[in-house]
Amino acid sequence: MGNIITLSIVQSALELGFIYALVAIALFISFSILNIADLSTDGCFTLGCAVCAAVTLAGHPILGLFAAMAAGVCSGFMTAFLQTKLGIQSILAGIIVNTGLYTVNIAVMGFASNMNLFQCESVFTWAKETIGGTWYKLIVAAVIVILVGIIISLFLNTRMGLSIRATGDNPDMVRASSINTTVMITIGLCVANALTGLSGGLLAQYQKSCDINLGTGMVTIALASLIIGETLIGKGSMLKRIAGVILGSCLYRFIVAVALRMNVPAECLKLVSSIIVAVAIALPYIKQQMAFNKQKRKAKAENQLYIQEILGENGNGGNV
Amino acid sequence: MTVENQNMLIMKHVSKTFNPGTVNEKCALMDLNLELKAGDFATIVGSNGAGKSTLFNAITGAFFADKGLVMLDGEDITYEKEHVRSRVIGHLFQDPLKGTAPHMTIEENMALAFLRASTSKNAYFSRIKSTDKKKFREHLALLDMGLEDRMKQPVGLLSGGQRQALTLLMATMVTPKILLLDEHTAALDPATAGKVLGLTKRIVAEQKITCLMVTHNMQQALELGNRTLMMDSGNIVFDVSGEERNKMTVDDLLKQFAVSAGKKLDNDRILFSKVQS
Repeated sequence: MGNIITLSIVQSALELGFIYALVAIALFISFSILNIADLSTDGCFTLGCAVCAAVTLAGHPILGLFAAMAAGVCSGFMTAFLQTKLGIQSILAGIIVNTGLYTVNIAVMGFASNMNLFQCESVFTWAKETIGGTWYKLIVAAVIVILVGIIISLFLNTRMGLSIRATGDNPDMVRASSINTTVMITIGLCVANALTGLSGGLLAQYQKSCDINLGTGMVTIALASLIIGETLIGKGSMLKRIAGVILGSCLYRFIVAVALRMNVPAECLKLVSSIIVAVAIALPYIKQQMAFNKQKRKAKAENQLYIQEILGENGNGGNV
Repeated sequence: MTVENQNMLIMKHVSKTFNPGTVNEKCALMDLNLELKAGDFATIVGSNGAGKSTLFNAITGAFFADKGLVMLDGEDITYEKEHVRSRVIGHLFQDPLKGTAPHMTIEENMALAFLRASTSKNAYFSRIKSTDKKKFREHLALLDMGLEDRMKQPVGLLSGGQRQALTLLMATMVTPKILLLDEHTAALDPATAGKVLGLTKRIVAEQKITCLMVTHNMQQALELGNRTLMMDSGNIVFDVSGEERNKMTVDDLLKQFAVSAGKKLDNDRILFSKVQS
């Protein structure tokens, strides 16, 4: 194992793990808390990436990250608007926005399919100058993600956060209380997509490039991270669950890094992440089915005795 | 007019038709008139489909009336949005699972209920304070179910009766202008139902809440509160209170059912309701 797991692999897995953890936290809000499958995540991630790249290219790296978040908010608002005000089903709303975003993303990138930022300054180049060493990228990513994680967990424990959580937990209850579900879904999706956008923006500066296909499959990858995290950490306080999601994201990147190291072609990774998600979600159901089948087999053997008893009694009755 | 005599709820000529113009057209409320004095506790009986739940939904705003006026405490709320009027309306359903969020703790559920109290925008970003927790504990202790020691537990772990009691507490923590109870003890076992009902009586009496309660238990309909209403085909067909009500027996009420329904005695729903009772 020693030659498979090197320090540099751990390092880059952690860096990517932290950056992509923001998308996993976004899905934690939309999928786990609001109970909405937000399929606009792929497009929104690329949008954040493209917007940040464009602004960074103009010489404003920090502004770029905020612009990426703002773009994410707009995308989230659109998804929420379609489902709360125009009566479009939530999954469909996400797909519609996702499709539309492709054009928007291409436009933001100046109608090119990729952009590169090799010549410009970014938060990572600044960090390199001030912090130095080899760990500066990880420090930047970790600080941003941990900060975001703490803010989100604080937010989810405010009265508004509680209202958002109740909206996803029991719509019947919320309808009978004074909570405005439309507003709560909108705020929830805006916050979630702001994080997705920020993640895309950070990645643009991290890998110094942006590609139109960058977000493809992002929703599955983030779900994989989310599920790994929730399985490992389980239920608990919001902070604990968000920490679990970040851990899940890092672990996922670690699995990917090891797979790459073992010469699994990069093209296969999407299939691998699909399988991880499918298996992780199906596992509890499969376990349940297996337990039930076992119970059925056991009961069949036992009940055979009872059935014979009943048949025997009837037979005797008939003879007498 | 003194304050005690003021009408808390006024419904004038309220009509509601579902699926108008189709074969499934159903007239759920038909020119319904109802006045409820502040502090009144009225029970409602009626067969399935008589319009009891529709009446409640017209009051809570789950849907809007086609015609007519709904007025609560002097304010016209006919077309007020549901979440706005919910601030002053408590609503309990038959299903105990409907009133609380299962994956949130008792404390968090109560904080949500308490949210109704404040209308200021700042409250949205406030967190649960230790003074709030103390207040929640005191309220929970009144239930005498030991819930005050389980405030950090998710509500999903509670039994149906405990959840319904908690819902009742949450609905009345901030005194509502009207409390709507839609067969809220029907899904509970007799002992728990009795306990929740006792609690209901106590809270309603203590806070002098104006209350409407749907029940299929004729005995309950006469014993609880100070007024009994009977609904049929989207209207109130019988309304009794005071001395006349005190003298009534369950049999009288059943007979009244037949009389009030009048010509529609052949309606199988009435026969059904007799069998049910």
